[in-house]
Amino acid sequence: MTAPNGKSGRLAFRNARLIDPASGLDTKGGLLVENGRIADIGPRLFNDAADPEIIDCRGQVLAPGLIDCRVFTGEPGSEHRESLASASDAAAAGGVTTIVTMPNTNPVIDEPSLVDFIRRRAQATAKVHVAPTAALTQRLAGETMTEIGLLKEAGAVAFTDGDRTVANARVMRRALAYAATFDALVAGHAEDPELVQGAATTESEFATRLGLPAAPALAEAIIVERDIRLVELTGARYHFGQISTRAALEAIAAAKRRGLPITCGVSAHHLLLNELDVGAYYTFRKVKPPLRAEADRAAMVEGVANGTIDVIVSSHEPQGADTKRQTFASAAFGAVGLETLLPTALNLHHNGEADLVRILATLTAAPAKLLGLPGGRLAKGAPADLALIDIEEPFVVDERALHSRARNTAFEGRKFQGRAQMTFVGGECVYSAPLSPPR
Amino acid sequence: MTSPSLSPILKTSHLLGIEGLSAPEVVSLLDLGETYVAQSRAANKKAALLKGRTLINLFFEASTRTQSSFELAGKRLGADVLNMSVKTSSVSKGETLIDTASTLNAMRPDILVVRHQDSGAAELLSRKLDCSVINAGDGAHEHPTQALLDALTIRRRMGRIEGLTVAICGDILHSRVARSNIRLLAMLGARVRLIAPRTLLPCEAERFGVDIFTDMKQGLAGVDIVMMLRLQLERMSGAFVPSSREYFRFYGLDREKLSHAKPGALVMHPGPMNRGVEIASDIADDLEVSLIAEQVEMGVAIRMAVLDALSRGFA
Repeated sequence: MTAPNGKSGRLAFRNARLIDPASGLDTKGGLLVENGRIADIGPRLFNDAADPEIIDCRGQVLAPGLIDCRVFTGEPGSEHRESLASASDAAAAGGVTTIVTMPNTNPVIDEPSLVDFIRRRAQATAKVHVAPTAALTQRLAGETMTEIGLLKEAGAVAFTDGDRTVANARVMRRALAYAATFDALVAGHAEDPELVQGAATTESEFATRLGLPAAPALAEAIIVERDIRLVELTGARYHFGQISTRAALEAIAAAKRRGLPITCGVSAHHLLLNELDVGAYYTFRKVKPPLRAEADRAAMVEGVANGTIDVIVSSHEPQGADTKRQTFASAAFGAVGLETLLPTALNLHHNGEADLVRILATLTAAPAKLLGLPGGRLAKGAPADLALIDIEEPFVVDERALHSRARNTAFEGRKFQGRAQMTFVGGECVYSAPLSPPR
Repeated sequence: MTSPSLSPILKTSHLLGIEGLSAPEVVSLLDLGETYVAQSRAANKKAALLKGRTLINLFFEASTRTQSSFELAGKRLGADVLNMSVKTSSVSKGETLIDTASTLNAMRPDILVVRHQDSGAAELLSRKLDCSVINAGDGAHEHPTQALLDALTIRRRMGRIEGLTVAICGDILHSRVARSNIRLLAMLGARVRLIAPRTLLPCEAERFGVDIFTDMKQGLAGVDIVMMLRLQLERMSGAFVPSSREYFRFYGLDREKLSHAKPGALVMHPGPMNRGVEIASDIADDLEVSLIAEQVEMGVAIRMAVLDALSRGFA
């Protein structure tokens, strides 16, 4: 299939399985794009059309483009690992139309001019939307809050220290109270930094056998419990960027029942892998937080299915040979994931563990609502950010085929079923799968 | 002198840990070690088994004892031995471990002996190098030749390993020696006890099929062998135990605590010792009780046996 573009201003899809998690829509039909926005959508649209300009989806899923709430890039500072442009290539290939970038760069995104820099660079070089977050504390040092009001005005969609936990409860309390003043969303990382200091994996019999420095999994729940109390005190909107343990999940479920403005995410890695997958010191599976026990992994899947977990994220973290070709204890944390986010999430559908519309909601409508983004839905007037997905196509992950500049995937050689065939941003085709036309 | 037979002993071309070895392989290595005790006591200690072969000692952590033991073992079998330590290598210049491996590989060694502070380092190198790799201690993972030399020492003194009760005391948490010994002793039918304060016991240690004690006297009651571990000084100032004097009071081996063990019980230590911290000087120096010097002698012999066994797989 040739890649149609929306430059003519018009783009039409027929014979699609339209899924809009925001409204619960799951029906056969067509969709019309005009001037970068969805102009019409419906079961009878283009049913009889034989116009070759119309994309025949042949029954494949047409859904809102994915929004990935947790993406680390190397720009600025480590462009050799990943630039905004290369991350956006990977995103497009994964059906992701918006990446939410973490502020853990060099320099740290902790002042308005740097938020502006990210937005301008994205505008100039990236083919998908880039929604920057800003640091919650200056230089991510956990000591002094950033200019939350000015940063929000500059376009920061949330405030987070990325994969760092604000250790000091007094600083966290004040940052939350101040953020609440501006109705700013705070995204926290839950790992007690003192407890996990020096640890490379989760404490367990397996870690003992491998002789790896390890920390107890409850390092997560300790911070989750603390921050829930602080949210109760301050009223801030709070999102746990990613959780990985049943204890944390249960604490968050209880907080939600009490009506607190709390949400949480889980990474695709923690849905599919457990601590044993570290195997023979496999550094590409050294992630933060570390992979957990099988019971915790199963709890994460359960949390997605029952709605306690709001969003699935890639936690895309590019690392190079210099940081990963090391012993397990010395290697850096992180794995790339933009291109495997959708397949890993679809794995839950194929396993019968979660409903397809529910899974897609965690990748589209839920993150859009969380961050106040315009995309994430199939509705008249919404941006034409779309993913055409073959949910059945089997494939094997091959690091050489990744679009990301970094190749540190935790899923090399793994078999998946289902991935994006075409990706559209603002009605423009930004990705079309090679050699695999819609079946 | 040559080895008794040239039949293969090991199924793999590396020695990365006790895990992965079978009981017959271990017993064969111990038997072979016996022959090298005799060779090492002879006037002419030198054999030509590894003539023309290159052995590289790559030590990222200083260890005079283990490094010189491997050096002697290699030289007594006729190999050319090159010692590389981290201070003089480019690793301190930021090279990754895998790059180091590629560089060494290009020098075409036959055997690489590696000591590294991180668990899994020997395994990582074994996957990237064409030569045989011997793990001389990786992080808190394994130190297989130490466990083998300990077993050889015990077997020569007690005549057997099966049925003995061995207490391993001290910093189990950080100890690769403990992990390798637990695996090996259990494999050969000994009962293993671990004795340590809770801060120095690893997570889920009971799952290793050992009995755990936090009280020395109870733990030592009736044991045949007391294996003491070194406690690194930086771990004694409040991090894992409050002070060295408190540690010695409760976990240091003295005559009083040793009196709870079986009469005639023997004491081992992988060295180097902290006298007055984990072991009282008079016990360490008592040749009736202490096997420490013998362990060093067995160390050279067992390493010769390991080099011999691995060389049987050479093309």
